[in-house]
Amino acid sequence: MRRLVTGYTVELRLLAVLLAMCVCLSILSEHFLTAGNLTALLNNNAVNLIWAVGLLVVLISGGIDISFAVAASVVQYVAVYCFGALGGGNWFFGFVVCGMLGIGLGLINAYLIHSFRIISIVVTIATFNAFFGLLMFFTSGRFIYNLPSWWVDRIFIFEHQAADGTWSELNLSVAVMAACVFATWVIIAGTNVGRQIYAFGDNPEGARRAGVNIAFMQAVAFGWMGLMAGIAGLMQVNIVKEVVPNALIGRELDVLAAVVLGGARLGGGKGSILGCILGVMFVAITQNGLNLLGVSPFAFQMIIGSVILIAISTSNLSLGDAFERLPLAAAFKRRTLRR
Amino acid sequence: MTASAAGEAPESESGVSGWALMLRNVNKAFEGVQALEDVSFSVRIGEIHCLAGENGCGKSTLIKIVTGVYSPDSGTEIEVFGERHASITPAQARTLGISVIWQDLALFPHMTVAENIAFDESVGLIPKFFSQGSSYRRAEKALNRLRVDLDLSASLNSLPIAKRQIVAIARALHANAKLIFMDEPTSSLTQSETDNLLRIVKTLSTEGVSVVFVSHRLAEVIEISSRLTVLRNGRLVGVYDTSDMTQTRLGSLMTGQELVSEVSARDCSGNPPVLEIEGLSRSGEYSDVSLKVRSGEIVGVIGLIGAGRTELAHSLIGMTAPDSGSLRLNGRRISPRSVRDAISAGIAYVSEDRLTLGLIQQQSISANVVITVLSKILGLMGLISPKRQGSLVSKWIDELAIQIGHPDHAVSTLSGGNQQRVVLAKWLTTSPRLLILDSPTVGVDVGARAGIFRIARKLADEGIAILLISDEVHEVHYNSDRVLHMRNGRIVWEHDPASASLSQLEARVYA
Amino acid sequence: MNEAVAALKRRVGPETLALAGFLACLVVAFSAFSPRFLSVANFNSMAFQLPVLGLLTLAMLAPILSGGLNLAIIFTANMSGLTLAWVLIQAGGTEAGVAAFFVGCVAAVAVGATAGGLMGLVVAYTGAHPILVSLAMMIFLRGLGEFLTRGGDISGFPEFVGRIGHGSLLGIPVPLLVFGAVAFGWHVMLKYSRHGFSVYMIGSNIRASEYSGLPTARTLTLIYTLSGVLCAIAGILMVSRFNSVRVGHGEALLLVTVLACFLGGVDPFGGFGRVAPVAVALVILQVLSSGLNLLGANQHLSTAVWGLFLILVMVLRHMLSRARIFLKKRKEI
Repeated sequence: MRRLVTGYTVELRLLAVLLAMCVCLSILSEHFLTAGNLTALLNNNAVNLIWAVGLLVVLISGGIDISFAVAASVVQYVAVYCFGALGGGNWFFGFVVCGMLGIGLGLINAYLIHSFRIISIVVTIATFNAFFGLLMFFTSGRFIYNLPSWWVDRIFIFEHQAADGTWSELNLSVAVMAACVFATWVIIAGTNVGRQIYAFGDNPEGARRAGVNIAFMQAVAFGWMGLMAGIAGLMQVNIVKEVVPNALIGRELDVLAAVVLGGARLGGGKGSILGCILGVMFVAITQNGLNLLGVSPFAFQMIIGSVILIAISTSNLSLGDAFERLPLAAAFKRRTLRR
Repeated sequence: MTASAAGEAPESESGVSGWALMLRNVNKAFEGVQALEDVSFSVRIGEIHCLAGENGCGKSTLIKIVTGVYSPDSGTEIEVFGERHASITPAQARTLGISVIWQDLALFPHMTVAENIAFDESVGLIPKFFSQGSSYRRAEKALNRLRVDLDLSASLNSLPIAKRQIVAIARALHANAKLIFMDEPTSSLTQSETDNLLRIVKTLSTEGVSVVFVSHRLAEVIEISSRLTVLRNGRLVGVYDTSDMTQTRLGSLMTGQELVSEVSARDCSGNPPVLEIEGLSRSGEYSDVSLKVRSGEIVGVIGLIGAGRTELAHSLIGMTAPDSGSLRLNGRRISPRSVRDAISAGIAYVSEDRLTLGLIQQQSISANVVITVLSKILGLMGLISPKRQGSLVSKWIDELAIQIGHPDHAVSTLSGGNQQRVVLAKWLTTSPRLLILDSPTVGVDVGARAGIFRIARKLADEGIAILLISDEVHEVHYNSDRVLHMRNGRIVWEHDPASASLSQLEARVYA
Repeated sequence: MNEAVAALKRRVGPETLALAGFLACLVVAFSAFSPRFLSVANFNSMAFQLPVLGLLTLAMLAPILSGGLNLAIIFTANMSGLTLAWVLIQAGGTEAGVAAFFVGCVAAVAVGATAGGLMGLVVAYTGAHPILVSLAMMIFLRGLGEFLTRGGDISGFPEFVGRIGHGSLLGIPVPLLVFGAVAFGWHVMLKYSRHGFSVYMIGSNIRASEYSGLPTARTLTLIYTLSGVLCAIAGILMVSRFNSVRVGHGEALLLVTVLACFLGGVDPFGGFGRVAPVAVALVILQVLSSGLNLLGANQHLSTAVWGLFLILVMVLRHMLSRARIFLKKRKEI
């Protein structure tokens, strides 16, 4: 029990705040605790959460990725052409194609980071620009609506009609999200590869001396991020039924904020699936609550921003680890290693 | 198995048989530079051995050959537990049970104790599931072998260095190490922690695990090990029994020079006091400290780490505020609230941690020298004048005879001794009246240490009051005018090097 | 000759020289392919486009030097622009006088400084990670802006405001003059002021700086405040160039500013980097974009080329440093 408390301070605090928020919201709004609202909450955040667990792995390994949302858009476009070439494709091909494309893009990042000792923030900002620029250039910003029907048809994994006749349902993306979260959890918490990723993020030089294959760890972290980006891209199309080149750009920073809010440490070695889920849900429920309380949608972002600002200010004040205050320098210093 | 090698000391311990490691004619050249030349080195099973030598003598090259990081040049013979090898790969070294605990420990600060100890079983490319529970049990077993009780689920960064070291040893044991190299294991330990470490190492030795200490701290080298090998400039100086070794002799073996230690104490009681501390207390750190440092006087403060000596210094330079008591500098009452306050009052502090606190390693020598006195190098419109900066820097480089390439080079390119001189320069630019030297010789070669103390004596002669904080009894005894012994946050004893002997002080401090 | 080059290298830094050399090649190549490249019109268009990105890049530069990052620059600029717009509209919209414009500018700078200063305080006193702090500030300012404008454009400013964005003084575009002045001031501040010295030291090692008596908290607060001020100037320039304010305007520039800094040899870990090479890097980015534009490509291709170019430069730097280490080793022997 003590281990739970000491190991997951951030997560437990966040959980407490989240529970308090849920209690308040369910008192203030009768809609909050309805099946319809809760399922919508999950449906709307499935894609973010898929990205979030991918980003979590990268953050634990001590890196950062800015390019994943753009990578997801690239995957969507290329996938459209692949499905065309495959004669339409199906869900199986969908996952394989999008997954492979995503992994490929992730491995480009990993290769540049590892081979040329460039820190991840520089590489992913560069690839962000390169991916996005090339995507917009080759597509000329065209939307694609003419998509294979299997891809855009709604698939419900859960349907329920409440007494008052309103329907609530969970769509496929929630199932995929659950699978992604579970798989990520298994990898980082239950396998030796996960241990090595934590170790590499925590003390890369120490990990290297212990015999950890650093190139492989970078590849796993960024490859997994790529895989998640690809799958998220696939599911995003299923939700919105269109492919828009600049629809996802800009969401990377929101996801990053949510994941870090959930206790993942910029600089590596720390972070958990639980925290990641809580971080994403915290932002989602704040937004949902504001919506239910009738606050103007234009004010959402403002309130979320200030909540995060307050959260990080206070959490650092009370949990202050004086030795960890060295900002970006410490966070990314150790990424560029001698071989 | 043959038991004789060049320079071997006679077999004296009973019950020890066989060799854990035997190296003969080790040669290693790096692109023409001979790092090791015909070095022989051997360790008995269950022996505590010491590998001594100054920085750059080839100690670390030797370890890297044994652990497979480097492969030796031809002619080298390696025998590990009776098996011959031409060279060793890192993986081989691990399976042979050779393990190194580096000075930085190479542990993982955000993992728990158990995860750290059991980490090595996770290494590998083949994915496999791992069970938290069983790795906890194995970690516990390793700790039990050391007869140490540690909270397995504590996060490593919540532990003091000494306990982290124990974690590192347990980790080596967990990886079935039979020959453990410890690189500068005690450089940041207090005496009692060192004693505890020694106890653990002895436990290991009775279990048949050999331990090689790699160190350049003289006292402990003699105290801990049964035999020692001295290297100098890549060559073997000799293998000695520690029973008849003295610090002075070891020092001269390591440096190749006769080191003379003379008590330099003099009577300064007639000089005006510079620093007067009256009943200074800060809860949990030090209490009721009263002391006086006179102009031209070097006052040593000896105490184990945790005795409150560095904490006292932190209050003098304004990093922390004392709860009660008074501070006077040159008769004027001061209460520094920040390092800048302390600097303007005339206090300078040479930190014990040169690597992370004393200097900004990546930045230039020039910037590090002027960092404390920016207001003195301003020119036109209150902007920094490069000319003034340059002349100030070159003045101090000459004054302290610092060996540098160019003032614009990074400080990290300098040797430990020269870095320490840059720290001194940085503080002397502030024209301090009180200079606090906190463990000034940590990481400085034996040969270069005397130079640091020569500078300190010269500064004292110029009228600066010096507070010399250290945990090396030897150092304060020979280099201060008076020695104050601090224990549990209080000053408990005053020692006069001129009239009392070193061993008297040692007896008190280590009692 | 060699001595002259060495002296020049010392003065401007090796980074600047290499980048300037590359810039020269680029200019020659583009003028060979497009006759319009070396025209006054093209230079004018570049000179009007560069300053906004330039000011924002300088606003990004200083926090990076201090070991941080400021992700809120675009929305700080937007909020400042919004403040100016609000003052102008309160003063009668298109009828507003020069006085109102000045008041608006002061208010805009105050808003920028407040946003930056707030971030600086949080970074300095709580020790929270600057990426996170500025990210939260970015989300907050974006939300605030959207809340105030309801996502729409604000326009209708007096005619003279546009002249600042489009006019020239002595044949030099006004925005370029503003950028030049600010860049020079920034250079002096970083290289010769005590505050600038502290920024570099803190960027390398904040604790050692603290132990050396540098005012670390004050320096951090001030550098983010100044970064906010620069964002405000950029915001004012954007108002005068586009004659309208929209929250989110220039959003795509955020990561380009970081890219420009890294291209200009700024150390991502803080502590090292200079204004001159960053300015040259900015010109390179602008030349790439204008040149490609003249060759018929659109802005998106330029974005891609920028990204690929940064990768190329970082790869080259890595190889150069390895070659240098190799040569140094050989020389020592």
